[in-house]
Amino acid sequence: MPEFLSKKKRSKKQIIIELLAEWGIRITASFSIIVIFLIFIFVFREAGGLIFGTAKELKPKVEKKVKESDILKPEVYNPETGEIEKIKEPESKKKKETKKQSIWENIAGTVWQPVGKEPKYGIMPLLAGTLKVTFVALLLATPLGIFAAIYTAFFAKRKFREWIKPTVEILAGFPSVVLGFFCLVTIVRGVNLITTYIQSGLDAFAAGLGFLLPFAKEYLHEACTISEFHYSGVVGGIGLGLAVIPIIFTITEDALSAVPKSYREASLALGATEWETAFKVMLPAALPGVVAAVLLGIGRAFGETMIALMATGNAALLSWNIFHPVRTLAATIGSETGEVQWGSLHYNILFFLGILLFIVSFSINAVTELFVKKYLTKKFQGA
Amino acid sequence: MAKDSVKIKIRNFNVLYGEKQALNDITLDVQINKVTAFIGPSGCGKSTLLRSINRMNDLIYTFSANGKLTIDETNVYDPDIDVVELRKKVGMVFQKSIPFPKSIYENVAYGLRLNQTPPSTEVDEIVEYSLKKAALWDEVKDRLHDSATGLSGGQQQRLCIARAVAVNPEILLMDEPCSALDPISTAKIEELIEELKDSYTIVIVTHNMQQAARVSDSTGFFYMGDLIEFDKTRTLFTSPSKKETEDYITGRFG
Amino acid sequence: MNPELITRKPIKRSKKEYLALGLPAFSAFVLVGLIILLLAHFVWHGLPGLTWEFLTQSPRNNNTEGGIFPAIYGTVILVFMMSLLGVPIGTATAVYLSEYAKQSSLFARSVRFGVNTLAGVPSIVFGLFGVGFFMQFIGKGIDTASGSDIWSKPSLLWSAATLSVLTLPVVIVSVEEALRTVPQELRAASLALGATKWQTIWKVVLPNSLTGILTGSILAIGRGAGEVAPVIFVGAVYSLPELPSSLTDQFMHMGYHIYVLATQSPNAAEALPLQYASTLVLLLLAFSLNLTAGLIRMRIRKQQY
Repeated sequence: MPEFLSKKKRSKKQIIIELLAEWGIRITASFSIIVIFLIFIFVFREAGGLIFGTAKELKPKVEKKVKESDILKPEVYNPETGEIEKIKEPESKKKKETKKQSIWENIAGTVWQPVGKEPKYGIMPLLAGTLKVTFVALLLATPLGIFAAIYTAFFAKRKFREWIKPTVEILAGFPSVVLGFFCLVTIVRGVNLITTYIQSGLDAFAAGLGFLLPFAKEYLHEACTISEFHYSGVVGGIGLGLAVIPIIFTITEDALSAVPKSYREASLALGATEWETAFKVMLPAALPGVVAAVLLGIGRAFGETMIALMATGNAALLSWNIFHPVRTLAATIGSETGEVQWGSLHYNILFFLGILLFIVSFSINAVTELFVKKYLTKKFQGA
Repeated sequence: MAKDSVKIKIRNFNVLYGEKQALNDITLDVQINKVTAFIGPSGCGKSTLLRSINRMNDLIYTFSANGKLTIDETNVYDPDIDVVELRKKVGMVFQKSIPFPKSIYENVAYGLRLNQTPPSTEVDEIVEYSLKKAALWDEVKDRLHDSATGLSGGQQQRLCIARAVAVNPEILLMDEPCSALDPISTAKIEELIEELKDSYTIVIVTHNMQQAARVSDSTGFFYMGDLIEFDKTRTLFTSPSKKETEDYITGRFG
Repeated sequence: MNPELITRKPIKRSKKEYLALGLPAFSAFVLVGLIILLLAHFVWHGLPGLTWEFLTQSPRNNNTEGGIFPAIYGTVILVFMMSLLGVPIGTATAVYLSEYAKQSSLFARSVRFGVNTLAGVPSIVFGLFGVGFFMQFIGKGIDTASGSDIWSKPSLLWSAATLSVLTLPVVIVSVEEALRTVPQELRAASLALGATKWQTIWKVVLPNSLTGILTGSILAIGRGAGEVAPVIFVGAVYSLPELPSSLTDQFMHMGYHIYVLATQSPNAAEALPLQYASTLVLLLLAFSLNLTAGLIRMRIRKQQY
């Protein structure tokens, strides 16, 4: 009886094709992971001069090195005064240390002035600016996005539901440069109009109070001035808000819709009203998703470049006033990388800012991915 | 029963999905050119056993099997066995008959063209032969190049049979082939099974006891992963030896 | 007296209830109104400037006359090259995630994590990556090897490569969704006929997801066409005497054009009408692509097997 199955395998060609296909696809799939590493490595590499203290065209440092050797030489040439040498050596070492530190001190400083005789790379104003616009953006986008999502998921008629989603996707599809342009031509006027009204009220208030308390006139005037600038953190923040709304809306809506219908039915069956069900049962159940939405919104606002570049005024002021112009991290990279001398300390620092942005976005994603989503799936697995 | 007439021999066969035992110590013989039916309530393991025969269960990661399942004395779970070759010899028809979204002709020719490019006259011949075997030729011969998705449910199921027949298998496995069909289409398929058993060894899983009684020569009754009883269909349905079998076929449970 | 079991009139609504119902409705309508306002604004201001001349000519007289043809051309070539580079990689990744991956395996989870992370990286960081990796590493490598000096400079090629990395998650997510709509039964039927896994993917799964792959590419193009930040340093320029003709040429870019016009134009007021027209062209490009993708996607979802 002939054997049912030949144990002979398929042709070699076949097996090779199969293996090639599978491993080709596996290797290609690792591309996304590899790119993450590459981004980190190569942005790091370009910032390398800063981190490893080997910046090539670090002019002040080079000058100081020459000075140090000038100081050291006479000491070496005078062996008689051994004591002095011993004292002076640590001194010069100290100096070296302070100079090495000074790059970091410089970075931790409060002035960003990368061009000039004595460049200052203080990133504090940039950080503060970024946080300010992110704050304004979220102030606008979080309530609007979440409430609109609640309406869409629970209260809206089906027809409305069906077309609000594509409509919000239109907003998501707006290139950020267009939103930036929109801020530039309209939002700035609107914001200025409103602040002018408020300002005139404040002026009257300050004048009146100043009449009573003449010694505090100056202070009052200062305290009651919102801002004399056109472009500001508020204008940019509103623009960023427009970019963030679709993210918050879409993810929140998804999370709300993913809550099992049985929750809603159970709550309604117990005599709760629709709104009680929505706010007291459905929203808490979808909370991790809402948190994820806000986190990803923060990530977007934090790293958005074009809107920040066009509408925030781009002045690196360190202040808490959101009506002052700001310069964000991303906008700084966007406007300065094109003109910087390649390989200079300034260049390194711009890439260092890039690493900061990357780390922030990576952490936000890691938190949503590993913590929030896991929590969400765990929560609904039993349901 | 002559030993030659056994096509598939299953001995002490166990299947596990992870920790969960899906089949316990199954032993049975499937006769050549006969129809063997597996019946039992949902989740009893009948489909699992069917899918073990052409190793479709390999697609489930947690699947593991032990024991012996031989076709013509060749152990299907032998590490040397090429699964792809095995599946060519053991055709399968599924519960939900989904033709590929290609033409009728392309559907039948799919298996033929997998690893070689046979001359088109040969393909034409085999397509015609297979469609005739599946009793579909007369209905579709004028529109072979129309999309297969335009066929009715019963026609689609027969097309899937033709598709399986085209690669010239020796065994046909049918996993509830009529469960989604209307009674007329079901009757046609049952008629077809009668004809097909002259050329193929057929194993059919069905929910429908009457169907098993009508088409099969032997029947196995499965319950909770155990093979409760396996016998000639007539014997099993008229004088079952186990109480569970009797309860089931008389409709007292399941 | 029998108190009625069910009160016939609804209980008077509390302030809280009005707020709870009103705030969401208000927000939703504000949001929709905002979007309509945005669209209307750009259509209203942009439409008058949208002429044939505008679409086919080069800018003249500091962008107060002429058109933006070179910018349209540059953008189209850029996104075309971007999809040539990105779509195959994205599709292969999606095939891995949908067909090969054991969902619980470390590698599969890492890939998924990588894709999600990539989607969240700020676009400006991709620009820096383009400089650091494509120009300074690969470009410089080619230059040192071949003794030339053109590859380490900003160019169309490096811009397309940078954008293809940026849009990779868009392709992957979209194609994977399409692959998952292919019924499991089709795969089983193919395997049962003796097809290998790869044959099943190549002959059954992929042909059935062609529209999905198309959708992914279109979405990626729509996204890529609007991104400015990544290409600022790797190839986009404000004005060029000639159209780009090779991979290493620089190019004009619609988004970058809008940015420069808006922020650095010497006579901003006069350039405004044409700037609105440029913006409208960019929006039309992005939306027509997104709309097409949306329609195709809807058809896929409705497709019944």
